[in-house]
Amino acid sequence: MSPAVHLAATGHGFLSPTGVEIAFLLVGIATFGAAIVTVTTKQLVHAALWLVVALGGLAVEYLLLTAEFIAWVQVLIYVGSVVVLLLFGLMLTKAPIGRSPDADSGNRPAALAVAVAAAGVLVWVVVDAFRTTWIELDKGVQGSTAVSGESLFRHWVLPFEALSVLLLAALVGAIVLSRKSGHDSGPGVGHESGPRAGHGKEMR
Amino acid sequence: MHLAYPAVLAVLLFCTGLYGVLARRNAILMLMSVELMLNAVNLNLVAFDVWLRDTLHAGQALTLFTIAIAAAEIGIGLAIVLLVYRNRGTSDVDRLRDLADPPSAGQDPMDDSMAAPTDNDADQARRARRQTA
Amino acid sequence: MTTTTAAVLVPLLPFLGAVAGLLLGRRAPGFVRPLAVLPTLAAAGLAVLVAVRQGGGAGGGTAPLTAVTRLADTGSVPVDLALQVDGFAALVAVLVAVVACCVQIYSTGYLRDDPRYPSYAALVSLFTAAMLLVVYSDDLIVLLVGWEIMGICSYFLVGHYWETAAARSASLKAFLVTKLGDVPFLIGIFALAGDTGTFRISEIHTRLTSGTAGAPLDHPTLIALLLLAGVAGKSAQFPLHTWLPDAMAGPTPVSALIHAATMVAAGVYVVARLLPVFASSAAALAVLAAMAAVTMVGSALAALAQDDIKRVLAYSTVGQLGYMTGALAVDDRGAAVFHLITHGAFKALLFLGAGVVIHAAGSNSLAAMSRMSGLARRIPDAFWTMTVALLALAAIPPFAGFFSKEAVLGAAEHAATGHTSGVPEGVGWTVLLAGLLTALLTAGYAARLWLLAFRGQGEPVPDHGKQPVAMNVVLWVLFLPTAALGLAYGTLPDWFDGESLTPTLTTSVLGTGLALGGALVMYGAWRHSSASARRVPLGAVAAHPEAADAVSEAEAIATHEAAYGSIAGASDPADPGRLLLGPLHRHAAVGFHLDAVYSALFVRPVRAAARLVHFLDREVVETYVRGAGGAPRLLGAAVRRAQTGNVQTYLGALLAGSLVLAVAAVLVAAGA
Repeated sequence: MSPAVHLAATGHGFLSPTGVEIAFLLVGIATFGAAIVTVTTKQLVHAALWLVVALGGLAVEYLLLTAEFIAWVQVLIYVGSVVVLLLFGLMLTKAPIGRSPDADSGNRPAALAVAVAAAGVLVWVVVDAFRTTWIELDKGVQGSTAVSGESLFRHWVLPFEALSVLLLAALVGAIVLSRKSGHDSGPGVGHESGPRAGHGKEMR
Repeated sequence: MHLAYPAVLAVLLFCTGLYGVLARRNAILMLMSVELMLNAVNLNLVAFDVWLRDTLHAGQALTLFTIAIAAAEIGIGLAIVLLVYRNRGTSDVDRLRDLADPPSAGQDPMDDSMAAPTDNDADQARRARRQTA
Repeated sequence: MTTTTAAVLVPLLPFLGAVAGLLLGRRAPGFVRPLAVLPTLAAAGLAVLVAVRQGGGAGGGTAPLTAVTRLADTGSVPVDLALQVDGFAALVAVLVAVVACCVQIYSTGYLRDDPRYPSYAALVSLFTAAMLLVVYSDDLIVLLVGWEIMGICSYFLVGHYWETAAARSASLKAFLVTKLGDVPFLIGIFALAGDTGTFRISEIHTRLTSGTAGAPLDHPTLIALLLLAGVAGKSAQFPLHTWLPDAMAGPTPVSALIHAATMVAAGVYVVARLLPVFASSAAALAVLAAMAAVTMVGSALAALAQDDIKRVLAYSTVGQLGYMTGALAVDDRGAAVFHLITHGAFKALLFLGAGVVIHAAGSNSLAAMSRMSGLARRIPDAFWTMTVALLALAAIPPFAGFFSKEAVLGAAEHAATGHTSGVPEGVGWTVLLAGLLTALLTAGYAARLWLLAFRGQGEPVPDHGKQPVAMNVVLWVLFLPTAALGLAYGTLPDWFDGESLTPTLTTSVLGTGLALGGALVMYGAWRHSSASARRVPLGAVAAHPEAADAVSEAEAIATHEAAYGSIAGASDPADPGRLLLGPLHRHAAVGFHLDAVYSALFVRPVRAAARLVHFLDREVVETYVRGAGGAPRLLGAAVRRAQTGNVQTYLGALLAGSLVLAVAAVLVAAGA
């Protein structure tokens, strides 16, 4: 995919890319590579770790795009919490450590075809649309913490508060879903889920 | 900087995530791929926000919201996956086939749809019976 | 009681008796016999009453009794519940009721142990009611109702011994063949009503004979021929006569009632009622004459070769019906109905007597009887009455058959010499010559039957006990008209159209001479051949001679084919008929292969067509049906395969589809 990016970059006469562009390109390639590894590796835990690399790379890209606050939030939330959460998930579902040969399901070719086709179409459309568009990075920082906080608490207060309610709801939902409730853990459920769990393990 | 760089990178990341969602067997890996797709969108939002020089910073605000929502999503999603794993003993997506038409050789499809309820149906029926009792 | 009430009650009583018998038969077996006999007896009494009050017995035909109730105002030609009792109807009704009475009484003895007697008696009552309805009805549609009821009753009664294959196929054959005639008959009725504008026989009669110039019918020949088909089926005329000999697989009383005295007479009677229709077409008369001639001669020859005593009588019935048809062909319905009445009497007597003979001999085979001696001494009543009835059949004076047959021959001679207007001379000659030839043959087979049955030599007949009184009484009751009815030739014209029925000298001498000659020739042949009867033992005798008559008859019917290889004939060298007929015997025994011809012409093509239809239905039509069911099933299976339950597959398909849509949208937006 990276040659395509090169073509897109060079095919339109950018003979003198700036330093920021070069950095963006290199970090982008690394990010994309990490993402590819994330979705293709056979080792589940490695996938999570490669996801850290990809998300971190994206944080660097945000920095390059002068969105500092977003970059730090990205690092904090994604790298700090989401990936940890995913690792816990893997652990709790007894994901095998090491290479698991059945990490990919049977419809892998179809998925590949769909993904490549989508990529082709979207790249074509995007490049076609934005071939003459420039981002003026020199005219001041767009996403410093001060700027972001000002706009967030000036213009986006209501959505922000609503979002906090949503987070609360998600929290409660996650707890309700994951706890073993009293009447569900009765003998009837145990009797019910026991054979099925055993069956599932057998199939594994 | 040329806008095509972040845009194309976002497209590629998105399609990578797409591939992961479609091809990964483990539900948690699918969730990771969803994260990739969300991040691609975030990248787009940030890039366009910077390009447009939006005084409201709508793009960045939305990115923040997306990150928050993604965090909520991953929490709920993991809870669901754990629940499924507890009930089914597996988190493999392609083993969760209750949506499928149960295979039956040489019978009238209408008959077995009537005669063989899925596990969910049976569970619900049993649960309902226990509640009434 | 007015005469009309009495006339209405005549068909109604047996009908009610039949209904009551069918309803009560199983629950109250004690009522079955009274219910069978009493309504018929009452009907017979009422029929006599109606005849006495209404008939022209005292002189100069009284106007016919008519009573009408509008049954269905169809909008075009109304259907009336109409009654018309003229001399013909009154006398035929008396015959039918009396014979039905005799048969019912006889049956109480004959089928005394039969488990299906209740339904049998009820069906006989229903049959009687239907025949009386046909006789009294003035409306063709109402007549058709009775006509069809008779057909279905005949089907059930012939199939009474349905345990035997012969009875099953015979009942089916009787039903199908008569129905084959009934369809044209129905069309003919409609055509007739279309031409005359009414279903009322009396109105048609008036319209056709009132003397307005020209033929009031538009298609007289067509209508007559269509009606003729139905008549041929019902009256067992060539070529639809084949059901009658086979119908002898039914019990003997049924043969006597249905296939000798009443049902087969219905056809002749209807032609007599509608004779003006036939008379208005010379072609129809010619066809009628040819049919009569072929029927007469052919059936007489076939009767000579039959071994089953009942089949001999059946073929003789066909022949005598031929006489009646011949009389109608020469436009003399008086003679036809006269012969119908006398024939009904003596043929019923012959059949009932044959039932007694079959029981006494334990076999229905003449070949077996010719090897038994002393049959006449065992059953003296049957012997004497049957002897007289056979004499009447052979038209020996002074018995009834002589007078009626001479009336027919006289009418034919009248027409042959050109004295009957509207009848071609050729028709007269045909009927006359065929009638004379048949007289010879009739005497021959009557003599053969008598000689073989009652003059057998060999082992004496075992004593099976006395016959029930009811049966013997009936024989003597029927003996009276058989012996003496002919003497009424002087008064009967008053009841009919007034034409004289007195025998003419020429035909009397010719007919009697031929009859005597035939009998003598047969006697000579019998003397010649009977010697060989001792040398060739033959005969199968019923296994249960002590049982009721009906049982031994059923056994005889069931064993005949097994014992003699054929249902009709027997390879008996002692048979004088074989000697006389020579090479013709083989063909006559099977009714001149008409059944084989029908089989080749109709049965086999129909079977082949049925097979073809079956094949087409199974292979072609059902293919479409299966395809209509299978295509959605296949489609469903294909779609089902897509329902894997794998969410990723669904999502993949969804995304691929949206991708295609996106590309299309972009292309459209770009104007490509």
